[in-house]
Amino acid sequence: MAATGRLTHKAGASPIGAVTLLRIAIVVAMLIVWETLSRSGWLYRDVIPSLLTIAKALADLFTQRGFYFDLGVTAAEIAAALAIGGGFGLLAGLLLGANRFLSKAFESYLYYLGPTPKIIFFPVMIMWFGVGPESKVALGTLSCFFPAALSVAAGMRQIDKVLIRVSKSFRANTWQTVMKIYLPAMRHPIINGVRLGFGVALIGTLLAETKLSNKGIGFQIINAYSTFDMPRMYAMLVVLFVLAIGVNALIGRLGGLSSIRRV
Amino acid sequence: MRASTLSRSALAPKLVGAGSLIGFLVVVELLIRIGAINRFIVPPPSEIVGSFYRIVTQEHVFSRFVMTAWECFITGAMITIFGIAGGLLLHRFELLRRATETWVAALAAAPIVLAYPLFMVLFGRNALTIIMIGFVAALPPVILKTLEGIAGTRRVLINVGRSLNLTPMQQFWKIQLPAALPVIFTGVRLGLIFALINVVGVEFLINYGGLGQLINDLAERYDLAGTYAAICFVILVSVLFYMFLEKAERWLRPVD
Repeated sequence: MAATGRLTHKAGASPIGAVTLLRIAIVVAMLIVWETLSRSGWLYRDVIPSLLTIAKALADLFTQRGFYFDLGVTAAEIAAALAIGGGFGLLAGLLLGANRFLSKAFESYLYYLGPTPKIIFFPVMIMWFGVGPESKVALGTLSCFFPAALSVAAGMRQIDKVLIRVSKSFRANTWQTVMKIYLPAMRHPIINGVRLGFGVALIGTLLAETKLSNKGIGFQIINAYSTFDMPRMYAMLVVLFVLAIGVNALIGRLGGLSSIRRV
Repeated sequence: MRASTLSRSALAPKLVGAGSLIGFLVVVELLIRIGAINRFIVPPPSEIVGSFYRIVTQEHVFSRFVMTAWECFITGAMITIFGIAGGLLLHRFELLRRATETWVAALAAAPIVLAYPLFMVLFGRNALTIIMIGFVAALPPVILKTLEGIAGTRRVLINVGRSLNLTPMQQFWKIQLPAALPVIFTGVRLGLIFALINVVGVEFLINYGGLGQLINDLAERYDLAGTYAAICFVILVSVLFYMFLEKAERWLRPVD
C-alpha cells in the first residue's frame, strides 16, 4: 500500500503544476456558477444564497457560543456511540474471527444486516431510550457495531499464521496472545473498522438528531431548514462536511503512519 | 480427518445460528409474558408476526414496495450511466483523474445524506429529492470501480488486441470494457446498496414515499407491533436484495 502510494506520488511530481492549476480552475468555475445562479433570479430567493452571505453566516456561526454547545453535544454523542458500538464490535469480531464455528453460525447474519438502513430503528430506540441524547447514541452504536465487527473478524483471519505459531512456541497464554500478537497484527483492520464505524455513527447520530431532538448540530440544521434560514443551514453543512471528511482522513492517516513505522 | 468432520457438520453451524435466533425470540416472548419486559415498549414476537398480515393487507405494502423499488431502480440506472461515464472520462483524461480522484474518494466518505434538508429546498419534498440524494451518495463507488477496472485490464489482453490491429474504439469495446465488467459491477453493487440505504432512510426522514414512510407512519400512530413488523419487513427486503446482487455478481465473474 505504502509503496504504491509513493510511486504514484513520484509519477505525479513532474506535472504537479498542471494538476494544481486544473484543481483551482474547477473550484473557481464551480464558485462562479454558484454565484451566477444565486444572482440570476432563476431560482427562488435564498435557495442558493450568495457566497458572501454564506461566508458571513459561517463567521456568525463561529462567534456564537450556542454553536459550540451543539457541536459539543453531537461530538459527545458520536464519541459515546463509537466507544460502545466499536467496543462491542471489537469483542464480537474477535470471537467470530477466533472461532470458525461461531463465525459460520452468526457471521452471515451480521454480514447481511450490516448494510441495511439503520435509521428505521429510530422509533424503536426512542421507545427504549427516550427522546434525549441516549436514543441518538443508541442509533449511532447500532450503526457502528456492524462494520467494526465485520472488519475485525476479517482482519483476524488474515493474520500471518507464523506469528500465531511463534506465540505458541513461546507458550504465551490467551491474554498474552491477544495483547502481543492479535491486536498489534490487526492494527490495520481495527483502524479501518473504526474509520468505517465513525462514518456510519456520525450519519446515524445526526440523522436521529434531525428527526427528533432539541439540541445538537442535526437539530440546528433542521431548525435552520424549517425557519428557512438558508445561509445558516449551508454554513452548518459546510462545517459538518469539513469535520467529517477531516476526521475520516485523520483516522486513515493514523493507519497509514503505523504501517510506515512497521517497515 | 479434520476435513471430513467439518463437511459432515457443515449444516450444524447454520442450525445453531438459526436456533439461537429462534431461542432469543422465545426468551423475549416469555419475558414479556411474565412481565419482565414492558409489552408497551417491546411487543411480544408472536404479536409482531401476527401484525405482518395486517400491515400487508391494510397498509398497501405492495404499492409502497413498488414505489421504493422504482426509486431504487431509477437511482441505480442513473449511477450506472453517470458512474461508468464518469469513470471512463477520468480514465481517458489522465490530468483530470489526477486532479479529481481524491475528491471523488472524499465524496464517497462524506455523509451526503445529512444534506437532505438542502435537497428538499432544491427539489421539493418529493420522489426527486429521494432519488437525487441516492444518486449523489451512490455515484462515487461506481466511478472509482470503473476507473479501477479499466486501468486494471491485463497487459496480455491489450497486447492481443494490438496484434490484431484493433482500432482504439474496437480495443475499448472488445477488450477493455468486457475485461473491466466484473469490477464495474462490484461498483454498481456497492452503489445499489448505498442507494437502497439512502432511499429508505430519506423516505423515513421526510415522511414521503414507500417503505420508509410506512415505518414513520406506524410509529407516529404508536402501532408498536406494526412498527416492529414493518422494520422486519424492510430488513428482509434489503437482505434479499443484497443476496440477489451477490448471486448476480458471482454469475458475472469469469471462472478463474
